[in-house]
Amino acid sequence: MDSCEFSQIEQQLSPVFEQHGYEAQKLLQILLDVQEIYSFIPDEAITYIANLLSVSRVSVKAVVDFYSFLSFKSVGEYRVLFSDNITDQMLGKNELMQYFCKKMWLEPGKVSEDNLLSVDSTSCTGMCDQGPAALVNGWPLTNLDQQRLDLIAKLIRDRNPVSTWPAMLFEVKDNIYRSEILLGKPSVAGAAIKATLERGVAATLSEIEASKLRGRGGAGYSTANKWSSCRTSPGTAHYIVCNADEGEPGTFKDRVLLNSYADLVLEGMTIAAKIIGATQGFLYLRGEYRYLRRKLEEVLAQRRTAGLLGRSILGELGFDFDIEIHLGAGAYICGEESALIESLEGKSGRPRNRPPFPVTHGYLDQPTVVDNVETFACVSKIAEYDSAWFTALGTAQSSGSKILSISGDCARPGIYEYPFGVALYEIFDDCGAEDVHAVQVSGPSGTLVSCKEFRRRICFEDLPTAGALIIFNRERDILQVALNSAHFFAYESCGFCTPCRVGTQLQKKIIDKISDGYGTAYDLEELKYIGHIMRTMSHCGLGHTAANQVIDMLDKFPDAYKNKLKKLVFEPAFDLDRALEKARKITGRDDKLAHFP
Amino acid sequence: MSKNFTLDGKVISFKDGQTIMDAALTAGVYIPHLCHNPKFIPHGSCKLCIVNVNGRNMTSCTMPAGNGMVIENNTSALNDDRKALVQMLFVEGNHTCPSCEASGNCKLQATAYYLEMLSPHYTHFYPPRTVDASHPDIFLDLNRCILCELCVRASRDVDGKNIFKISGRGIGSHLVVNAESGKLGDTNFAVTDKAARVCPTGAILIKRRGYKTPIGHRIYDHKKINEIQAESDHE
Amino acid sequence: MSEDRKIKLATCSLAGCFGCHMSLLDIDEKLFPLLKKVEFDRTPFTDIKKCGSCDIGIVEGGVSNVENVHVLKEFRKHCKVLVAMGACAITGGVPSLRNNIDLWDCFQEIYLYEGGLEGSQIPNDPELPLPLDKVYPVYEVVKIDYFLPGCPPSADTIWKFLTDLIAGREPKLSYEMLHYD
Repeated sequence: MDSCEFSQIEQQLSPVFEQHGYEAQKLLQILLDVQEIYSFIPDEAITYIANLLSVSRVSVKAVVDFYSFLSFKSVGEYRVLFSDNITDQMLGKNELMQYFCKKMWLEPGKVSEDNLLSVDSTSCTGMCDQGPAALVNGWPLTNLDQQRLDLIAKLIRDRNPVSTWPAMLFEVKDNIYRSEILLGKPSVAGAAIKATLERGVAATLSEIEASKLRGRGGAGYSTANKWSSCRTSPGTAHYIVCNADEGEPGTFKDRVLLNSYADLVLEGMTIAAKIIGATQGFLYLRGEYRYLRRKLEEVLAQRRTAGLLGRSILGELGFDFDIEIHLGAGAYICGEESALIESLEGKSGRPRNRPPFPVTHGYLDQPTVVDNVETFACVSKIAEYDSAWFTALGTAQSSGSKILSISGDCARPGIYEYPFGVALYEIFDDCGAEDVHAVQVSGPSGTLVSCKEFRRRICFEDLPTAGALIIFNRERDILQVALNSAHFFAYESCGFCTPCRVGTQLQKKIIDKISDGYGTAYDLEELKYIGHIMRTMSHCGLGHTAANQVIDMLDKFPDAYKNKLKKLVFEPAFDLDRALEKARKITGRDDKLAHFP
Repeated sequence: MSKNFTLDGKVISFKDGQTIMDAALTAGVYIPHLCHNPKFIPHGSCKLCIVNVNGRNMTSCTMPAGNGMVIENNTSALNDDRKALVQMLFVEGNHTCPSCEASGNCKLQATAYYLEMLSPHYTHFYPPRTVDASHPDIFLDLNRCILCELCVRASRDVDGKNIFKISGRGIGSHLVVNAESGKLGDTNFAVTDKAARVCPTGAILIKRRGYKTPIGHRIYDHKKINEIQAESDHE
Repeated sequence: MSEDRKIKLATCSLAGCFGCHMSLLDIDEKLFPLLKKVEFDRTPFTDIKKCGSCDIGIVEGGVSNVENVHVLKEFRKHCKVLVAMGACAITGGVPSLRNNIDLWDCFQEIYLYEGGLEGSQIPNDPELPLPLDKVYPVYEVVKIDYFLPGCPPSADTIWKFLTDLIAGREPKLSYEMLHYD
């Protein structure tokens, strides 16, 4: 781009500032818009933004440098990012990406010389039930095949704006195959708030306590306890945050909840606001789901009109609450609640030191409740009905239902809501999974389950999950599952603490070495110890769980790596012959002594 | 009534608001650490100071002390794991001790000695990093940066200059300088700044001072870092 | 170890400066009692070209080229116990400072730009050992049993280490003997 174009930067960016305002917390939202305008963040814009927000240039740059969807250099007029989850790979992602790059005469990760296009991989985009998937300029492409890529290639070559592309390319289906209390009987918007007001705040909190509701993001902390602590924490303001940063590969149930059950979620947030005394709420929507934003804004507008948001909700004086959507920008770590709060404040998503916890010191250091999308939906239902109705489903320590996002080797990938306590083998029948060899429960950070364990149950007592369930049949290479997750964590580690920042890299190197056929028994021991260091020494959940798939593979799937290992005790850490490639090129030598056998 | 916890069996008293590290340092007990310096807001990133509290690992520099805590610190299991962390820091950067002015006065090196590290063990990353010699009085050698953010904190909280910041993500995290050029020479960084004297390694070095102290007289030549720590908190 | 048979010891320097070997010689008069127990195989002192079957192998220097790899593998094959001695063997050391300079730039600087080499060109003689893309520590190429850090380790350190090893003790270095510079 010509530098003279940036002389108009003020003019070009003024609508962006008009929309977002001049608070430093809006930095990330502003940067996302700037990225969209220029396909990168120009240096001139950095100076301009820094001045207007009264922050240092280097703080702005640090944020750009942290998030995958922001860049200092142009990513082209069109940026196609192929979702790199193991499910996408199983559906042919690598081959399709290669096909597309070849067609466009382009190397992955590079921008074409005419600045038209760049192609790369990105972490799971949450379309595992309709992959292989990709994002084009942030909009989701589903069910990709060669035919669709041919069409996309033509659209890009003809420079058709993405907004004019055929709608079928962007079609995202809900694929709900099984419903219980959340996805079943629809609720009337406002019914749960009305019930809350009639019952009273304290009684509603007691009802939530009696429901034994636990957070649906995976950790399973008691919702009532969290809300009670937040409610009694002193502060100048209290905040409600809905964690819709559904980044765990293989999870897509929040996508469906937000698409078709948004009222249920927003209503739960509103009830939470009434209980803890918040007037401001945020919905932190992962960047990959920005296509849902317009629809969500419409629901928010409808709710304001209906008196379900805004001032004096349902006519109750002093019950003021509104919700703002905040977009993420490609960072798995922002699913961690304190990193999410940092991101909400417009900063890089690095997890905070805890204590203090968000319930006392959250957004802007004020008491904040951060809960998962599904948790808020549960709250709506509990408020509308009662705790007994809710606890009628589930197990002793896991009341209610769990929405599962099922993908991988099954006939009907999609959304399944089960009472807690359902056994894995029961699920296989429902989704049409045959010859199952392994299941990844709760994504790469969860558990890799072998066929000996298929009687295990989905619940906090046994197999807790944020909702992902990926099925692998006997044809699948479990080493690739572990490798995919090792690469994922190496890419997504925020870099704050030593064990995770370095450990995830070392883990990746060793898994690659084994996959390339150079691993030895020594490398297995190394993987175990590095896994131990990450699990016990890391700063947050990302590091604590980053070795889970690798360790589970080592423990439960020896066939996946045994035949790949060298019989020797030790093999070099790197490929000796490849290390000579450069010198061979420079000297033009190709004799016997210029190679390692 | 005074509050206390036990650290490796020793009873240590603390005041409300103190972290485990604060209380231990006050009592003259060494817990290995690199990113911590009692004069600055705790950071908690190096994880060297992890101790085992009632069976759970906790970062002692950020964890508030609690009455009755039973804490393990100087155990062979924890020290082995800490050694692994130091080894990770060594392979992550380019730490060529023989050619570093900070050798003998370096906390990373001294901690490695304390933990009896004989080799960095893991595969070296040999990352391409830069040396910034643009400032008349100070070198910034990012090969040796361990991302402890002590200079970031010192410049922000003591010098009031905000010269440093961590940018990037994951293994790409790196220290950046707040100047349009990105060069230290284009900032108002001064040799008298606190931030010029807090680096635990040789990443920030004052020029024309190199090798002034002969081998044998450097901070850690004869005394272990835990003994030095017990005497006073040097920087 | 029986009294009658001497310990066979081999040493070599890969990408190093021979400083560690100089330090080994610095053991001075204490070398004499040591030599009663030790017999040198391949070392720079004996001019033996091929490493025979040895009890202990000591490697100085990092792995910078093809020849270094071959020598190192030969040592690993023939030595029961292999010791990495010095900063270069353990971390790549000073030679590894080239690791962030492109190999092409290194070649150009040495063979094309350096003064006094008019009409020079990059050599391609198969006799010359081809350099690796980077200088690597020895433990990334073969399994290493013991590490003896220092640049160089002092004569006393080497002596303590060797006497421990020869006596069948786990080598233990005092605080002042353990250093990386």
